[in-house]
Amino acid sequence: MEGDLMANETRIKAEPGKQEIFVTREFDAPRELVFQAFTDPELYVQWLGPRRLTMNLETFEPRAGGSYRYILTDTDGSVFAFHGVNHEVLAPERIISTFEFEGLPEAGHVILETAKFEALPGDRTRLVNQSVFQSVADRDGMIQAGMESGLTESYERLEELLAKGVSQTAGASQ
Amino acid sequence: MNSSLDTTFAALADPTRRAILARLALGEVSVMELAAPFAMSQPAISKHLKVLERAGLVSRGREAQRRPVRVEAQPLVEATEWLDNYRQSLETRFQRLDALLARLKGDAQKHGAKRRKQKMKRR
Repeated sequence: MEGDLMANETRIKAEPGKQEIFVTREFDAPRELVFQAFTDPELYVQWLGPRRLTMNLETFEPRAGGSYRYILTDTDGSVFAFHGVNHEVLAPERIISTFEFEGLPEAGHVILETAKFEALPGDRTRLVNQSVFQSVADRDGMIQAGMESGLTESYERLEELLAKGVSQTAGASQ
Repeated sequence: MNSSLDTTFAALADPTRRAILARLALGEVSVMELAAPFAMSQPAISKHLKVLERAGLVSRGREAQRRPVRVEAQPLVEATEWLDNYRQSLETRFQRLDALLARLKGDAQKHGAKRRKQKMKRR
């Protein structure tokens, strides 16, 4: 499966029975710029949330000891809030933070995130993000939730593609 | 949470069982042949095989004497798809970041070109 991925595409490592996920992604931009996209609030809102959801960055303090909280609102009014604290913001190489989703039935399920930004030749960057969970169940639960949202996004993109196809066909037949 | 995925991951969360599956990927074997490379008794291997069998990851042939062990792909396929959907949701987000970075690089180049033009005019 890994062999089918294009050069920059997201790679995940989630070994069975472990409490962590590694996400690796390469970008065609220098790491100062990628780091900026993670720490400048005006840039951050432009890419973090899915299109369908409105992103409200309520608090955003990209420094050691700073906190953050953001809220995503769906078209049907449902609200998803996330918050955490930045343990370390070391430009342009590393961000360490906590992360909690407020929508779980029980509070206190916190994830430790370590994002490393590596400079690659040709003004490119590799992001390696490690997420450490409090239990294997928490980690697997996150993947399950992510899978469901992944399916939703995939269906949306499929709908858009189909709509494009239909309108093009209609145009051609006239 | 999908309980068959729970069973699959629990079954995979053991290095001996993963090694057993890796061996079976090369072809079916009898339990005796399977036990050979491990510093482990046959009953111990059989215990592992029971876990794998319950998870649907291996099956035992009916051939009376040998009852060869085979790997079954479906649970692994499900586990891989599950992870891939998660990967896809992250990839979609990173593609938005790609687009933003391309815009920022474009702006930086325009800015640089403007400054060079202004410098030329002042000479």
